Amino acid sequence: MAEPMKIRAKMEGDAADVKVLMSHPMETGQRKNEKGELVPVHFIQSVIATHNGKTVLDVQWSQAIARNPFLGFRVKGAKAGDKITVTWTDTTGDKGSIDTVVAAA
Amino acid sequence: MHQYRRTLLKAMSAAMPLAIAAGAGLFRSTSALAAAWNKSGFDAKAAADALKSLGVANAQPSKDIVLTAPDIAENGAQVPVTITSRIPNTQSISIIVDKNPFPLNSSYDFANGAESYVSTKLKMGQTSNVIAVVKADGKFFTATREIKVTIGGCGG
Repeated sequence: MAEPMKIRAKMEGDAADVKVLMSHPMETGQRKNEKGELVPVHFIQSVIATHNGKTVLDVQWSQAIARNPFLGFRVKGAKAGDKITVTWTDTTGDKGSIDTVVAAA
Repeated sequence: MHQYRRTLLKAMSAAMPLAIAAGAGLFRSTSALAAAWNKSGFDAKAAADALKSLGVANAQPSKDIVLTAPDIAENGAQVPVTITSRIPNTQSISIIVDKNPFPLNSSYDFANGAESYVSTKLKMGQTSNVIAVVKADGKFFTATREIKVTIGGCGG
């Protein structure tokens, strides 16, 4: 897993528009490596996003989400300065998390 | 003596689901417990079974679901899809890719002010219908779009 997570949250109208990029191989278990061996399944199964500590988005993903997955969502009623956190958990129990503050429009 | 045993058993049975969830890696340190991962749905090989696992019954097509995606995906491994539901009281959006080996792609539950909107990138193995399934007020609605795929993205 190369790059760390990236996040950007910015006010658009009355909602915070949030874009997150996670670094993860999202292996389907169908791909073969250079040696011709099947690379085992390994993907982010769950993502939780919070706004000022309250869960706003509860995501379930399968292996059919693209590698280095992107997630965009919007929080109505958020304000500049509010805190957004995004946490993922994968099939091995590994986690990744990032937080940011909502920027003004 | 018996009261102590009952109290202990009650406390243990209350803790067990949390212990199992923690062991399974489902417990998070945020304030809410997330929904359990829909294994039977994600393992389903037919779209109809995937829909059943979501509890979908009597789904109605709806023009109030906006499903934005390319008509032709250059790369089946990264197909951008954006879904907006204008149906009031939308609780969740799920994505089904009809012709994928496992049609249930992902599910998104909204709460506490989240807009019924999601944007992500899917893997598609071949040209297929992509179906957005919206749950609102306990009822189900769908919108469908065919996306042509020239190079499949499932890893083969």
